[in-house]
Amino acid sequence: MKILNCPLNGPRNISEFVWGGEMKPMPDPATATDAQWTDFLFLEDNTAGEITEWWLHAPTNYWFIARRNTLTDEIIETMTYDAYLARQKANASGEAEPAAKPTTGGTETGATSA
Amino acid sequence: MPFALLKYALSREHPDDPHFRWKPDLKKTYDVIIIGAGGHGLAAAYHLAKDHGITNIAVLEKGWLAGGNTARNTTIVRANYLTPEGVAFYKESVELFRTLSNELDINVMYSERGHFTLAHTDAAMRTARWRAEVNKHMGVNSEVIDAAEVKRICPTMNVTDDARYPVLGALYHPPGAIARHDAVAWGYAKEAMKRGVEVHTQTEVKKILIENGRAIGVETNRGVIHGAKIMQAVAGSSSHVARMAGLKLPIKTIPLQACVSEPVKPILDQIVVSGSLHVYISQSARGEMVMGGATDAYGLYSSRSTLDFKESLMGHMLELFPFMGELRILRQWAGMADMTPDFSPVMGLTPVENYYIDAGWGTWGFKATPVCGKRMAECVATGRQPDLLKPFALSRFDTFDLVGEKGAASVGH
Ligand SMILES: Cc1cc2nc3c(=O)[nH]c(=O)nc-3n(C[C@H](O)[C@H](O)[C@H](O)COP(=O)(O)OP(=O)(O)OC[C@H]3O[C@@H](n4cnc5c(N)ncnc54)[C@H](O)[C@@H]3O)c2cc1C
Repeated sequence: MKILNCPLNGPRNISEFVWGGEMKPMPDPATATDAQWTDFLFLEDNTAGEITEWWLHAPTNYWFIARRNTLTDEIIETMTYDAYLARQKANASGEAEPAAKPTTGGTETGATSA
Repeated sequence: MPFALLKYALSREHPDDPHFRWKPDLKKTYDVIIIGAGGHGLAAAYHLAKDHGITNIAVLEKGWLAGGNTARNTTIVRANYLTPEGVAFYKESVELFRTLSNELDINVMYSERGHFTLAHTDAAMRTARWRAEVNKHMGVNSEVIDAAEVKRICPTMNVTDDARYPVLGALYHPPGAIARHDAVAWGYAKEAMKRGVEVHTQTEVKKILIENGRAIGVETNRGVIHGAKIMQAVAGSSSHVARMAGLKLPIKTIPLQACVSEPVKPILDQIVVSGSLHVYISQSARGEMVMGGATDAYGLYSSRSTLDFKESLMGHMLELFPFMGELRILRQWAGMADMTPDFSPVMGLTPVENYYIDAGWGTWGFKATPVCGKRMAECVATGRQPDLLKPFALSRFDTFDLVGEKGAASVGH
């Protein structure tokens, strides 16, 4: 039996979860065109490889994010939606892994070689 | 007269034609290039050659002949869909299947068994009534029957009240059938090759060449070839190949698993499907119980098998057919199903000129092999979307005009 690690409930049997599909940004309902809705509602990247996707823990009705490889069925990591957003923000501002930044001493180079 | 038969078999005067006429080399150009040598690609090639006189065709296959979902399906053929568009389409396929052995000069072992879609809830009974009315209106033989009638037709089934989900009734579709899937594909390949069509296995399409919005050729592991028209029919790889042509599809690739028991004497005549219990079963000509359910719970490019699938399948199966407790599982496998949001296929023209698509066959495409081959051939030959395929065009997603077949296709393939 496959185990999925829910950020709220911990490791649970995967049959307790519902797959929500690949993560895609929702267009702004106030301005979206028909073509944008078609893209959001129906069209899929259907990636063979690493994807970021939605999962629902059905008994607790809790939605979260997972990264999974669709060729090997390996779950790489799971995280809350907030953690996902924080990482997106950090990536956008050019910092790859905010948590890995040295808090005291050391230069950039020192941190990478550590 | 065994002696006369032996003499005939050994005589040089009546040699049997070789089934497949392989040609070793790829030409530089073809009138039509078909990507994928499953039943669909092969049937389209056959109809292009036979109905439209187009024989300069290459069917390119990355693996071996019909080794994809064509070799993995549970061969259910039926026309009892939910929408008038769907029923009209699948009805033509059932009609073509009835004479397919003659048409292709190969025994496809088409066997009409009768098809039950069991209902265990009031909602399922309502869907059954809806389907029966649409079917009858379209000239397809379907009716709603009660549990006693189910028992009369299929005495081995447990329809008593002491089950977790007792059988309330069923949608009964007498023409429902099974067939020999490999023979269907081989028959189309053989007859297409006889007419000059080339089938090239171990030939993977890696790139699609587009010039000014028009498809002009493909790059394969064996070099570049040009084609006036190109058609893709690659099931689980649909999104991957379409992306090479710059198209994004309404498709998720999700595994569908199945299994068979050891073979036993004939005990189950009908094809039995339960949408509520997510299981279906039929007995093959070889005596094996062929079983499956709905797709896996999430998308994956893999044909692995899981224990969860068999557990949930058997739990319900034992209630429906208690004798199954005596049988052992012989084989299990899976295929990658190209699932659309409305459980209907995507066929016909695309925004790329001279590029045609046959995809979104999910868990229900074996039964459509003949009609799809015939109508896709018409589409490719004429460059127009045939009437029967109009509702299934890729453009339906732009106009929000979906053909909702989930109620008739999510478990009963
Ligand atoms: C377990 C299971 C049970 C099913 N049961 C039923 C059923 O009972 N009834 C029913 O109607 N349907 C059923 N189906 C669905 C049915 O099997 C498929 O819809 C149908 O076989 C699709 O046929 P096809 O020719 O389009 O695809 P396939 O037979 O999969 O052929 C596609 C071919 O394309 C090739 N290909 C892919 N990429 C490339 C490339 N880049 N270059 C060259 N070649 C490529 C593949 O190798 C493959 O051989 C079932 C499916 C599964 C998995």
